[in-house]
Parts: sequence; C-alpha cells; structure tokens
Amino acid sequence: MATEERLRRTMMFVPGNNPAMVKDAGIFGADSIMFDLEDAVSLDEKDAARYLVYQALKTVDYGDAELVVRINGLDTPFYQNDIKAMVKAGIDVIRLPKVESVEMIQTLEKLVIEAEKQFGREIGSTQLMAAIESARGVVNANAIAMASTRMIGIALSAEDYTTDMKTHRYPDGQELSYARNVILHAARAAGIAAFDTVFTDLNDEAGFYRETELIHQLGFDGKSLINPRQIDMVNKVYEPSQQEILNAQNVIAAIEEARQKGSGVIAMNGQMVDRPVVLRAERVMRLAKANHLVDMEGNYIEK
Amino acid sequence: MKNKVARDIPDNILKQMTRKPFNGVTYGHPIAQRVAPKVRATTGRDKVLSSIDEVVAKTVADGMTISFHHHFREGDYVFNQVMRSIIDQGYHNLTLAPSSLTNVMNDIVVEAIKKGVVTNITSSGMRGSLGDAVSHGLLENPVVFRSHGNRARAIEQGEIKIDVAFLGVPNSDNAGNANGMDGDAAFGSLGYALIDAQYADTLVLVTDNIKAYPNTPASIKQTQVDYIVKVDAVGDPEKIGSGATRFTKDPKELKIAKTVNDVIINSVYFKEGFSFQTGSGGAALAVTRFLRQAMINNQIKASFALGGITKPTIDLLNEGLVARVMDVQDFDKGAAESMKDNRQQQEIDASWYADPANKGAMVDQLDVAILSALEIDTQFNVNVMSGSDGIIRGAIGGHQDAATAKLTIISAPLVRGRIATIVPNVTTVITPGDSIDVVVTEIGIAINPKRQDLIEQLSHVPGLPIYTIEALQQKAEKIVGQAKPLVFTDRVVAVAEYRDGTVIDVIKAVKD
Repeated sequence: MATEERLRRTMMFVPGNNPAMVKDAGIFGADSIMFDLEDAVSLDEKDAARYLVYQALKTVDYGDAELVVRINGLDTPFYQNDIKAMVKAGIDVIRLPKVESVEMIQTLEKLVIEAEKQFGREIGSTQLMAAIESARGVVNANAIAMASTRMIGIALSAEDYTTDMKTHRYPDGQELSYARNVILHAARAAGIAAFDTVFTDLNDEAGFYRETELIHQLGFDGKSLINPRQIDMVNKVYEPSQQEILNAQNVIAAIEEARQKGSGVIAMNGQMVDRPVVLRAERVMRLAKANHLVDMEGNYIEK
Repeated sequence: MKNKVARDIPDNILKQMTRKPFNGVTYGHPIAQRVAPKVRATTGRDKVLSSIDEVVAKTVADGMTISFHHHFREGDYVFNQVMRSIIDQGYHNLTLAPSSLTNVMNDIVVEAIKKGVVTNITSSGMRGSLGDAVSHGLLENPVVFRSHGNRARAIEQGEIKIDVAFLGVPNSDNAGNANGMDGDAAFGSLGYALIDAQYADTLVLVTDNIKAYPNTPASIKQTQVDYIVKVDAVGDPEKIGSGATRFTKDPKELKIAKTVNDVIINSVYFKEGFSFQTGSGGAALAVTRFLRQAMINNQIKASFALGGITKPTIDLLNEGLVARVMDVQDFDKGAAESMKDNRQQQEIDASWYADPANKGAMVDQLDVAILSALEIDTQFNVNVMSGSDGIIRGAIGGHQDAATAKLTIISAPLVRGRIATIVPNVTTVITPGDSIDVVVTEIGIAINPKRQDLIEQLSHVPGLPIYTIEALQQKAEKIVGQAKPLVFTDRVVAVAEYRDGTVIDVIKAVKD
C-alpha cells in the first residue's frame, strides 16, 4: 500500500460506452474515475465500451485521478476479456461488482496475475476493490476486505442491496445503517478505503448533502457519484474548517520541532501529541490542500 | 500582401475594394467627415402606405443599397415580405446591407442572388444554406463582414450608403414615432436599427401595431421616417428571443463558467464599479450566475453591463448588483420586456456601443468581456466565422469591438466532438490575438504572454491551472489528432474587415 494515504472522496461513474463523457472524465477533479463496463452498458455495446475505455486509458490524460474500472461480473461472458483489456491498458484499480465471497476476489486476482504476466505489467500493479450489493456480501464483508493484499477498498451498492433486503431506499437511510457500519468496519480493520453508495436524485440537493454529511460523520472515505456536479458538493462536506486547519498546522509544526530536536516525544502547548492526533492532522492538511484552502507553502487562505 | 496577423490578402482585392490591410488594433485619433442623409420634406400626413408592394415600388430602384435589422432574429417576418416584393417586382443589382442575417432569411437571399436581384452583401455574418451557398461561390462579389461597431462606422463615414432602410418595429404611430419595447413582437432595444434610421436616405417602417399619435418613448423619431406600412404581423414572438432562460446543467459548461469567474474575480478589474459584457449561450449565462454570487460575497457592485442582454443580467440590475444596463440588443423575452419599465436599462445604438470612430464608445470603458470562439490559435487569434469545413457559419457580432476591453476572456471547450478548438492557425482571423487576454477551457487557462500583469495576478490562484496556449493546442491535438488541411480555391468569396475598416482576412470558396 502507498505510504501516503490517498484521498478518495469522490468516485465518479462514467458510462464506458459514452465517448464524450469518457473523454471529459478528467476535467472535474474527481479523486477517482470509475469507468463502467457493467450496468451502464447494454449487452450489444459491451465490446465497444471495452475498446473505448481501453483506448481512452492509453491516450487521454486524466491527471492525478485514480483510474478504476467496473468490470462485468464473474457470471458473464465479458468478465475475462474485461480483465485482460483493462490490465493491458494499465488500469489502477479493478472494481468487481456483486461480491459475496472471498473466492470471488481470489478468482479475480488469479486472472489479474495471468494478465499482468501476459501483457508485461508489473506483478501486483493492478489493485482491486469490491462492491458489496447483497446481504451475503455484507455478512462476508470482513473476509472480502482482507481477501487480497491488492484490495484498496470496498463499496456499498445500495440499489441491489435494498432489493435483496426486501426494502428500498428511504430519505433517512435507516435501511442502510447496518450495511454501512459493517462495510466501514471491515474496511478499517483491513486498512482499506470505504465508499458509500450513489445518490441518484440529481434534483434533491438537500437530500444529497444530508446523506453525504451522514457518511462523512460515520467515517467513510467518500462516495460513489453519478454526476460531475456532485463532486464539489462532496468536497464541500469533506472540507476542513479554518480551526481544524490551524490546529493541524500546529500539530505538524510540533512534529517538525520534535524532529529538529531529535526528540521522540511530540509536545504541543505542554501536552503530548499522540499518534491518532498526528494522523488526523495529516489528513486535515491533505483535505485542505485538495480543497485549495492552503497555498503552496501550507498557509491558510482567507476566504 | 501579408497583413499584421500574417494573413495573405490578395492585392487585387485590396485594390478593387479600395481597402487597406489590417495593421494593428490601435485606432488612434483620425479625424473623419461623417455623411448626412438626404431628406425629403413632408408634413407627415402622407406617410402611411397600404402595402409593402406599394412602398417598394415607391422607394427602390436598381443598384440601390437596402438595409434591415436583425432584432427579430429567428422570428423575423419583415425581411421575407419585403424581399419577396423586391424579387417579384424584378429589381436588380441591389446591395443588401442588414445588421446581420438570421436563418429565416437564408432561402430568400439565396433566391435573390440566383435571380441577380442581390449582387452585393455586407453583414455581421451568415449561416446555414446562405453561408453554404456563398462559400460555394454563388455570389459574384465578395461579401463584406463587419462587426456591429464597424457597421456603424462604415455607415457614418459613407462606406455603406443606405438608400432605403426597411425597419420592422413592434409599434409606431402614423408619423413614425416607434420603439422596440411594446407590442406582440416586442424585442426590446432597437440598437442596431437606430443607425439605419439616422443615416438612410429613405426610411420605411413596417409594423403590425399602429399606436395613437404621439407614440412615446420614441426610439425612432418621426423626423427620420418617410413611410409606414402596416402588415398583419412583423414577427413570431416565440422565435424572437429564447423563452425562459434555462441555466445550463452541462457539467463541462459549468466548469468553464466557473473558471471564467475565477479569472475575473482574481484579476485587478474585479472591484467596485467594474463593468462587463457576457453575451448569450449556456456558459455565458452560467458566468453571470457565478459572478452574481462573487459580487454578493465580496460586496462589489458593477457600474454597468453592456451589449446583448439576457434576463440573468436584468436580474442583477433589479438586485442592485449592476447600476446600469447598456442595452444594444436583447436576447430573451425577459430582457426585452423589462426595458419599458426600467429606466436603468438604457437603449444604446451600435455607434454608442462599439464604434471606434467615435468620440468614445461604451466598449472603450469596458473592463471585462467574455466572448466565445469557434477556433483560437496559438497567436490568440480568434475565428467566429468559418467552420471546421471552411464554410461560413458565424457572425462577427460585437466580438472585435468588445475584445478591446481591459480583460478579454475567450471561453471555449478545448475540443468539440472530434474537432479541436485550439489550433495552430485559425481558418479565418476575425479578432486579432493582440486584443485577447485569457483563453479559458475545461482543463485550464492560457494567458496571452503580452499580459505579464495578468500572469502575475492569476498564477497563484489555487485550482486554476495555467498552460501556455501552445500546450493547450498540443493537448487538443493529442485528443483528436491532426486535422487534414482544408482545401480552398483561389476565389475570394468574403472579406472580413477589422473594426477600423481594414481587411483582417479573406474567405475563399471551398473545393468540394
């Protein structure tokens, strides 16, 4: 795993069969871009979408965004070709839908290793993530999260999940409360990222903020998104306050001071700063930078 | 001979049309003699005629220059009625000099050219079947494209001598006092038509709404009007302006608009009393909305908004965020309808708006202009006239004029479909790179290296990526590849003037 944890506030879905959206996916500042070869693509366009995403990955500059592809499931005839093409294209992360067991991840990993060998990619360079979309998936979430060292995250997919649970989505999200907490704990225990589900009503801005604030409070890394317009809204919810930034700067200054003194103990205002505080401060500064709240030197920019 | 923007202007064109090649954006202080129209004295009791045929027969002769305005835009009924009569009465060798040509005028102009009725055209632009026909060499003499400011200058200086102006108005009294603000076909400002009213030898008003005398406020005055004809309808209210202005939801347009806003508010021009021109179109309207929020947040008010006006700009006026709207044209119903009730929405004519040969035009005071482009090249030259196929499909409008603002921003996507917007060389230079300051695309901006001050002001804005224009061009090329060069014949079908009347470029016939 990378030494610096990457921000994954926003994972934007891009239909893999839409050339204009595939081409422009990089301009909206999503932390992760998820090209969809699965549900967004009709059966007769599966091959075309795979070619399109492959070519886009080879030619379009997506900047610093993490590039993810949602491949078709294990039970489809597109599964193996999707893996081969995406590994060959050098995708960062393969997202497997409808994951219910450790074996599904292990099967995927085996095929990914084969593809990495076949196309001369570095072994281990393709990362994996799982979408949990059923009761079985939630029940097995802990094991799934730890199924491979390639795992970088697990995501809740609420549409299928609520159907499986014989309910549907409600504005207050009570029906997702267990699944969200299970997935979050599984992710944290495995040291990987947790992604919340999509919010589909683009016209309900208040509802979107309500849900995003909830998952931010719970501790999710971020959310899957269906429209670029939702990116700024998520970032706003994840934006640290001025007080949090100033605090974090003090903590980081204290770390630096301790380093210069050669001291193992970090102290601030006469009190010891322990590791969780340091980690939180580092995350606040990452968020502050990503939200353009600090300048190149790390100084807070007055609004 | 090569002009200042390195365009080869054939010597025979310069000689034949007695024009000079473009030699820079500075107008200086030349002294010019303005012309005056002929006036046929009347007490005003004989002005109302019964039909268009009658007024055409009375006023038009072979070889004349006739003019129209385009304030009815795609809802225009006047142009077609008058041209029908002119064609049917068998006139020849006319010069057509409207303020611009909209799509509803195309077919009849093509017919008039084919029948030898129209042999010369000057306009702000043209599109569709007419642009296509001209680009294929239908018209013997080159079309002359002029900006709105340049048209006013050319009329004032006698380069366009209008014999008869046919001006459609949504109301008039029987002596010719008229305005654009009232009636079923109200379009708001009569800005472009006011020049014709002032300088045409013969002025014919066409209206569907005769009001009691005296009709006020009068934008066109009875002292200027020769004849008035009543028709059933002058325009289709549904097509004159767009209806309710819808805010774009296109994420790419929003991203560009937000970046334009970032450029404005981080420049030194964003301060109390600043002025701006935005234009119409999705991104421009979105800019207005972002700018509104920035003005509220920073407690900054604008002294005026200029140019073609939309409802969102009127909203700023009503909110007190803009002190005056200086209105040469209204793009939508909301803007058109508010003019008659709003004293702060000032109707201005094209000369006041944008004429360089003036004792000061509004554009000379303009801080920020946001303009669009079909193509921009690595010298920052802008094309708003010819398409990627080389065919005429645009209009200069106020582009060259507003580009003289202190901060001129071109907002355009890096590529449109498979076509690059930022290219090594534009197909047709309309606005010279010297008057363009910043190009905004969805991936970032490029600043004209001549504006080191702007580079300084904008280079520390977080989240505002700055590229060289060459880098943007390379990025566009990487996405869509290199276009095959267009193939033209040697025949010049149109001449694009700069706002001072010099030739900035020529358009040649396409080779099929």
